[in-house]
Amino acid sequence: MSLDAAAVQQKIEEKFPGKVTSAELEVVDPFLVVDVSTIVEMCTFLRDEPELAFDMLHCHSAVDYLPPKAPEDARIELVLHLTSLKHRHWIVLKIMLPRENPKMPTLEGVWPTANWHEREAYDLFGIEFEGHSDFRRLLLPDDWPGYPLRKDWEWPDEWHGMAVKPTEKMAERAQKGEQIGVGPFD
Amino acid sequence: MALKRPALEAQITNALSAAVIAGAAGALVLIAMIPTVAGLIREQLGASLSPTMASVASAAIGVGATVFLITQLPIFLIWLERKIAAHIQDRLGPMRVGWHGVLQSFADGLKLLFKEDIIVDGADRFLFKLAPFVTVMGAFAAFAVLPWGDGLVISNINIGLLYAIAITSFGAIGLLMAGWASNNKYALYGGMRSAAQMVSYEIPTAIIILTIVMQVGSLNLQDVVVAQQGGFGNFTNWFIFRLHFGFLPLNMIGFIVFFICGLAETNRNPFDIPEAESELVAGFHTEYSGMRFAMFFLAEYGAMFFVSALGAVLYLGGWSGPFVSGPISLFFKSLLLVFVQMWLRWTLPRLRVDQLMSLCWKYLIPICFVVLIGVAIAGVIGS
Amino acid sequence: MSTPTVYKDLEPDETYAFKPEDLEEDEMILNMGPQHPSTHGVLRIELKTDGEVVKDSRPHIGYLHRNFEKHAENIDYQGVIPFTDRMDYVGSMANSLSYAVAVEKLMGIELNERVQSIRVLVSELQRIASHLLAIGTYGMDIGAFTPFLHAFREREKILDLFEWLCGARLLYNYNWVGGVSHDLPEQWTDRTRVFLDEFAPVIEELDQLLSHNKIFTARTATVGIIPPELAVGYALTGPNLRGSGIKWDIRKEDPYCGYEKYEFDVPVGQGRYGPIGSCWDRYYVRVEEMRQSVRILRQALDVLPAEGDVHESVPKRVKPKAGEAYGRTEAPRGELGFYIVSDGSLVPMRVKGRSPCFVAMSIFHEIAKGEMIADMIAIIGSLDIVLGEIDR
Repeated sequence: MSLDAAAVQQKIEEKFPGKVTSAELEVVDPFLVVDVSTIVEMCTFLRDEPELAFDMLHCHSAVDYLPPKAPEDARIELVLHLTSLKHRHWIVLKIMLPRENPKMPTLEGVWPTANWHEREAYDLFGIEFEGHSDFRRLLLPDDWPGYPLRKDWEWPDEWHGMAVKPTEKMAERAQKGEQIGVGPFD
Repeated sequence: MALKRPALEAQITNALSAAVIAGAAGALVLIAMIPTVAGLIREQLGASLSPTMASVASAAIGVGATVFLITQLPIFLIWLERKIAAHIQDRLGPMRVGWHGVLQSFADGLKLLFKEDIIVDGADRFLFKLAPFVTVMGAFAAFAVLPWGDGLVISNINIGLLYAIAITSFGAIGLLMAGWASNNKYALYGGMRSAAQMVSYEIPTAIIILTIVMQVGSLNLQDVVVAQQGGFGNFTNWFIFRLHFGFLPLNMIGFIVFFICGLAETNRNPFDIPEAESELVAGFHTEYSGMRFAMFFLAEYGAMFFVSALGAVLYLGGWSGPFVSGPISLFFKSLLLVFVQMWLRWTLPRLRVDQLMSLCWKYLIPICFVVLIGVAIAGVIGS
Repeated sequence: MSTPTVYKDLEPDETYAFKPEDLEEDEMILNMGPQHPSTHGVLRIELKTDGEVVKDSRPHIGYLHRNFEKHAENIDYQGVIPFTDRMDYVGSMANSLSYAVAVEKLMGIELNERVQSIRVLVSELQRIASHLLAIGTYGMDIGAFTPFLHAFREREKILDLFEWLCGARLLYNYNWVGGVSHDLPEQWTDRTRVFLDEFAPVIEELDQLLSHNKIFTARTATVGIIPPELAVGYALTGPNLRGSGIKWDIRKEDPYCGYEKYEFDVPVGQGRYGPIGSCWDRYYVRVEEMRQSVRILRQALDVLPAEGDVHESVPKRVKPKAGEAYGRTEAPRGELGFYIVSDGSLVPMRVKGRSPCFVAMSIFHEIAKGEMIADMIAIIGSLDIVLGEIDR
């Protein structure tokens, strides 16, 4: 029996009073903002409760908010899209994390798919997931500087001797008389 | 979409293609005429030289002819395989190098000659260089006992079949050497798999050959052929049509088992895991390039032809063919079996190594024993 | 703040997850390296093997990581579409469709019937083309070389249709926000019908040649079993999930582009030659899906309205209000979703591509334990991964 977002919110608030910080139910994809402190128990409840049965975490994203005009709103949001195959309903949960040292407990015990998704979030945003079984970068090389998808990430000049920011480096080398544009890393 | 070629290039290509095709046709004619030619040569030698010198000279001529055949044959077989593969796969194959690609094998051989000879760092140099030669020897030395016609056999020894099986086992050593000496884990896997496979499939091969030996009463390949002569048009007496024990066509089953074991011995699909292209890059010959790789290729096609020729001798009458006897008959029968081998390669998927082993040990060997017992009982009842 | 550039040249051992000192006797670390004929892209799998049996495995991805999500934050909404094409380069109509659906959901754009029908036509043709490639290369990995060429012959016909339609054979930039880029040429529908008539017997031929071949089923039907709970836990979707027996198809659950109007079945793995959820089930779900796609295509060709401007709903400037939306479609490889966050400007704030192959690759180490090396290839082929989509 398919539940809408308001009913899901009600069920969560019955079990975890005060942990749903806010909710936007009138937008295209209604979402609930939840507190990070009891996130693992809440997710386990969402998965196991027979009427909710959110057994698939089908999208796990992190979004970096750095509004230039409202710096107090700066945050990293972790957005979880959950689907129930049995009841055919879905919900969006959001977790607000600070931009410095974002940390939260890992969800891979609840949905095993979170393993790689959390590694990717760490790789690109720097979010630390406590208790993760295999905590290392996934897509980028192990010694890549910084977390690229953050809004304030700066391009490094070079990495292992290869030019990352091409224009200035190429201009420098051209001035020295080197022939540029012929090698694989130009 | 035909490419416009410069006139000179077209002329040269056409001339070379014509030469190659004429050469192939000439070779076929020569094979057909070998009995008469051999008779003439024997007379001449017998007239001019002493008997020992004559036999030595005729053996030398025989060796020369056989070596010429088995070194030129892979060139033709490679072209044939590419064309058969292409037509099974709904495409045309080599069309550009020569008329319908007849010059392709020559071009590829020339290219391989010019490639850089790379020996891998850390490889066992002596074994690395030796392995192709051992494999080639295992494929080609067995041709010494193959009978091409009445009195046309290089070495008419009494233990011909035993010699043939023994020599083909050399191929396994060559592959193992190649896999080990390459200092490459993939090649090692290929070498190990091939050793296990070839050694296991020796057993059903030997048992099936034993059934034929029991029916003929001798290990001499010439005797095997002679035992199949006679009958209508010289083919109803072939072993493949004989010996129906109740409702079981024992020799037919034996032929099929022999053919399967032949595929396994020469590492052809569906038993080509040692060189499984999609799993092990190229298996035991991953690190080989240039002419060394060409020798492995040569050995594979030579062994393919030999196994087909042996199957033809054991079951399909050898050189005593349907209505026409002589080398041409054996040649065409072997070519037919080679065609079936190629056909199977491009149709069937590949067996996994444990399935291959279980096929050999759990299915083929019991079938072989059933055939053996059947032949033995039939022999006792018959006599 | 990005950390200061501190890097060191990695020692060769550091790139391995398994250490030689942890090996037991007879075990070996083998690299199915980034260059391999059968890994469907630049994928590196580290295997710890005991003879032929794989004890543990660790995939390393990221060789094709281009981080299109960062690029998407600097280009306008329409400009992201070529980037999405390059995610799953084998089935790129589906990628741009998914992104367009997501942005249209965010902006609330409604499409006319003709655009919806064209999108369905193109999407199902792409599904057939993608499955042909998956099936052909799977056969080739198992050792049957011929079905690969027959499948590609048919795929060429579809690529010719696409080239006629929009000028490109592989990366189309066809589905735009609010419509499609080109209308159907004259006689395109007739040629498509001719193709469908030629194609239906080819699926039967493929079945006879490969699907029910004893060697093929022996290689695939007992290997790579994914139990349904594991599949759902790892968020598998598409043929990978349906091969384990769960009937879940976004075209039926969350219909888009008018899919609710078409009649088609959702094939599900039934464990015909082995346990449910084997490699063979996933493979055969794809074969059956091709048959269903032919059905949908014939219906779509009949339903296609003759009139309609394909650029009718394409906005001059794509400037959604601040908000977010998640749009998903059934791509050939599973549920492809885009989570788009907009801050009201011309440039998206965040575009996250939810890739079905990413989650399919994450289940690999679970199902590869205890199988043989030859089965690694069978499993990777049955998961039907494309590295462009995994790495984005």
